[in-house]
Amino acid sequence: MRLFICLFVLFFAVGGRAVAEELTEHGEEFNATEMIMHHIGDSHEWHIISFNAGAENEFSVTMPLPVILWHNNGLHVFMSSKFHNEKIIALGDDYAVLEHGHIYITDASGTLVHDENGAVTNASPLDFSITRNVASMLLGFAILLLLFGTAANGYAKRGGLSVPKGIQLLVEPAVLFIRDDIVREQIHSKRKADFFMPYLLTLFFFILINNLIGLVPFFPGASNLSGNISFTLTLAVISFLTINIFASKNYWKHTFLAPGIPLPIKIFIVPVEIIGLFTKPFALMLRLFANITAGHIIILSLTSIVFVLGTVAASPLTIILSLMMYCLEFLVAFLQAYIFTLLTTLFIGIAVNDAH
Amino acid sequence: MGILTPDPGLVFWTTLSFVILLLILRKVAWKPILRALKVREEYIEFSLRDAAQAKMEIARIGERQKEIVEEGRRQRDDIIREARDLKDGIIREAKEAAQKEAVRIIQQTHEQMEREKKEAILGIQQQISELSLEIASKILREELSSDIRQKSVIKQHLQDFTFN
Repeated sequence: MRLFICLFVLFFAVGGRAVAEELTEHGEEFNATEMIMHHIGDSHEWHIISFNAGAENEFSVTMPLPVILWHNNGLHVFMSSKFHNEKIIALGDDYAVLEHGHIYITDASGTLVHDENGAVTNASPLDFSITRNVASMLLGFAILLLLFGTAANGYAKRGGLSVPKGIQLLVEPAVLFIRDDIVREQIHSKRKADFFMPYLLTLFFFILINNLIGLVPFFPGASNLSGNISFTLTLAVISFLTINIFASKNYWKHTFLAPGIPLPIKIFIVPVEIIGLFTKPFALMLRLFANITAGHIIILSLTSIVFVLGTVAASPLTIILSLMMYCLEFLVAFLQAYIFTLLTTLFIGIAVNDAH
Repeated sequence: MGILTPDPGLVFWTTLSFVILLLILRKVAWKPILRALKVREEYIEFSLRDAAQAKMEIARIGERQKEIVEEGRRQRDDIIREARDLKDGIIREAKEAAQKEAVRIIQQTHEQMEREKKEAILGIQQQISELSLEIASKILREELSSDIRQKSVIKQHLQDFTFN
């Protein structure tokens, strides 16, 4: 626990510096909204730490990430650090500039056209870059492979009958919980439950590991991947596809024909059912996105208090409140992974279970 | 770009990562782990079933044992009862036989005694008669030495002999 607190203090020291640096970098009044939006958004480089923030000899340690662009039927791959060296990068006949974490196509002089709201109207290339979120996802990917690969190796080497040891002790209760309390509870046929197990286990741990990486306040964490709408959208679409591809005839009959319901009510029920097909994954997408993003925003806001008030005296308040939020977010990381998996399982169960 | 606008690049990488992760983990992790858990559960289930069966078997054997003991006790009781009955019968028979024998012996003895008594009486009577004759002859010789005397003696004797 003492170590934990030390880490937190360290984090706030570092985080504070990062914010302070931003404050001076832009040479304007501290803008909490801008800082928060920047932190929960995506980035083409992975900021690690800044030294001598605000001073003449300030320098930041960042990890450059590969930029992968598809423009005019041509693939362009380079490291994001190239944007630091040359502001305007040639993509074939066109040029690209990086503005607020987004890449735009410009002319040779790098002119950006703004509309009346200040938004950039320039076209963008198809951006498949390994951004901070993608890199963080790959990290999660590697951790999961390592964790479960090791655990599975333990089972293979020591046999299923031996007492679980080491990493197996970490993995087994979680796997058993998902199998017995989520999947088998909702999907009644044991054969079907076993069929969906790999998908649901992967889903749960993929969301969980990304939630947890997002909670680590320093490199290589602090990304907001599972609070990014693209991430939750993708998982929701995969859930949608899984639910509907494996749905039984009976499910479709109930959705489109609503047997046993009088015709006047049917006219209302059937459209509602059809809309329901889409609202279910939509709710999944929004729930995860909103919960994780809200957690990040609250913690960043609490950090901002110090800078908004402009006094270090506010830091005890910030630290105590942030600590409480971190505890809550830690719970939410598990809870949201659980809820996403549970609801997906529930919908799959509704779609594949036999009629009672 | 607002936080609500999906980014095609991230969607692409998420899809790719998730699908690859699913395929790899399914092969490398989920199948071995789930199989191991299943094996262990089945083993426990079978063991429990075996234990229950063994318990039932033991109970059955105990029951059988009790039955055998009960049966043995019953047989023993039967044998003892039979033996007692037999003993009683033998004793009774022996008693009866002994009684009969005793009665027979007593009867025989009685008969013998009767016979012997009769014989003895007969012998006594004979002897008496012989003695009487002898006495008579002696008396006769003595008494008959004188006539008067003879007569009185005869008379007297005859009087005495009226007891028979």
